[in-house]
Amino acid sequence: MNPNAALPTTLGFRPEARIRETLPTGLASLDQLIDGFPRGAISEIIGPESSGRATVIHSLLAASTTKYEICAYVDTDDSFDPVSAAAAGVALSQLLWIRCGHNAGHAHKAADALLHAGGFGVVVLDLCQITSRIANRIPISYWYRFRRAIENTPTILALVEKEPLAKSCASLMLEMKRKKAVWKGAPGFELLRGVELEASARKPVRPATANFQAKAI
Amino acid sequence: MFACLHGTAADLPQIAQAFTPWFEQTAPGTVVFPIHALKRLYGSPHQIAQSIAQRAGAGVNVAIAETAESAILAARNFTGITVDPQLDHLDISNLPITEEMLGTLDAWGIRDLQQLAQLPETGIAERFGETGVYLQNLAKGAIHRPLRVFQPAITYDERIELDHPVELLEPLLFLIARLLNEQCEKLEAHGMAAGEVIIRLELDGQTEHARTLRLPVPMRDSKALLKLLQMDLESHPPQAATQALSLSLKPVLPRTIQNGIFLPVAPAPDKLELTLARIRGIVGENNVGVPELLDTHHPHPYRLKTVQPQITTLQPPSTHAAFRHFRPPLPAKVELQQDRPARLAASSIHGKILNAAGPWRTSGDWWTQTAWNRDEWDVTLSNGALYRIYREPDQHWFIAGAYD
Repeated sequence: MNPNAALPTTLGFRPEARIRETLPTGLASLDQLIDGFPRGAISEIIGPESSGRATVIHSLLAASTTKYEICAYVDTDDSFDPVSAAAAGVALSQLLWIRCGHNAGHAHKAADALLHAGGFGVVVLDLCQITSRIANRIPISYWYRFRRAIENTPTILALVEKEPLAKSCASLMLEMKRKKAVWKGAPGFELLRGVELEASARKPVRPATANFQAKAI
Repeated sequence: MFACLHGTAADLPQIAQAFTPWFEQTAPGTVVFPIHALKRLYGSPHQIAQSIAQRAGAGVNVAIAETAESAILAARNFTGITVDPQLDHLDISNLPITEEMLGTLDAWGIRDLQQLAQLPETGIAERFGETGVYLQNLAKGAIHRPLRVFQPAITYDERIELDHPVELLEPLLFLIARLLNEQCEKLEAHGMAAGEVIIRLELDGQTEHARTLRLPVPMRDSKALLKLLQMDLESHPPQAATQALSLSLKPVLPRTIQNGIFLPVAPAPDKLELTLARIRGIVGENNVGVPELLDTHHPHPYRLKTVQPQITTLQPPSTHAAFRHFRPPLPAKVELQQDRPARLAASSIHGKILNAAGPWRTSGDWWTQTAWNRDEWDVTLSNGALYRIYREPDQHWFIAGAYD
């Protein structure tokens, strides 16, 4: 008997890493860093306020709607701004906006219904403004359920939050950092021209960082 | 040959239907139908005309002619029964003719149909165009056209009276499912779909509980419609036991779409509507939809349209800093130095303001209840966070949101 024939059933066997299709965001330096957001998987974007989480999400939604896909934004704290999303190139008519009125439980149920319905390009679950007390109460089974619902579909589930929540269920974890705001003009007559942002990949780990600038509206 | 009935009787379509299912209701008091199939039953055209007149009764003119238009002309102008009418000496004013044309023909000395029919066709075409040629052919009795067959309006309504009042929703849904199955099969047979579903529950105490589902896309899948009705009735339950129920579907043409080979798969409209109905049940009816920008300078220039997302024209993507609203805005305390914000303090945000751009004064809608008036600033705090703050006329400060 060929000993190699038994290899796939042994405990030491590791299947080949699955090559997933990705969706580039259109931000050149970020796409160079992470090769786009993996489809059929959970991606987490973490960082503090003003670190560019929403900017990356808007770019991702714009890239998806440009490909004629229907997207959904599950807005836990009613914080979504359609004006800046439209400025970033998101086709608003292709975006389903679900306002959950500060209720994380409702947001998870809505996201669950959307993911199981299928057919969406990107589903964003915005948990940026929930408190850490509520974040710690979210059952971990939700993330496994979400991962299972999308694993063989082209849907990207993007979680936006302060701290990682899906952890091992996420295929991509992008950490955003504040860099600096770009002001122009003499003191007292300054104008906000843009924001410089920095992104680093925590999963899969990449040594480099991506720096890019977003224009102010 | 064709028979025409003309009169003031209201039941002319019913009279025509007694002889043939294929008849045209040309006008409210005129019906016309072919009689070639009646010869075996009734005999000669005279006998057919007699039978029709006997059934129609007094006050209805019956005319039988070679063409439908000739029969109509005869029935409108000759009383009683007319078979193979002589229309030559009929005045031309009985034709569907304009005043101007009638005046011209009168000036030429043309008074009756025979004189109009004898005019040279080329000359008529040169002077009156297509309408003149049509009228001349009408005068000659040479217009052969298919009838516009009368189609009775089809309704998709059904009502059930229950032996005993039903309080629970589940047994009621069994009955609704039965009605829906029948009506959806009927819709499918007619090549139609439902655009609106109305359910009326007649309750104990002579009250009625009516619900209307306006479907964003035409549907005829009874299971999907039943699920939608179930979710709607669960969120809006009747207040008493149901004694009778009626279901009405508004027929519309089904939606036909051409899918592109290279287009990505989008959620199926009927499945998406079910999902949206589920989500509306969770987050509320007015919290699900598609954002739409409004042409206004209001701080929140958009609204949520409760429609399904649709593919539209593309916009070029660009890297713009996103804004994140705080809803409701955070009340804040702001220290001013030389009329410029220098320090910000709110419930969870505080720090020294390093840069500030403003004030940007906006106001509007002062003639309505939703007036706004505020001075806005973009500020950077010492920790690097970037906020938009504003001051209302009463000197109260708020944080509108953060650039993120």
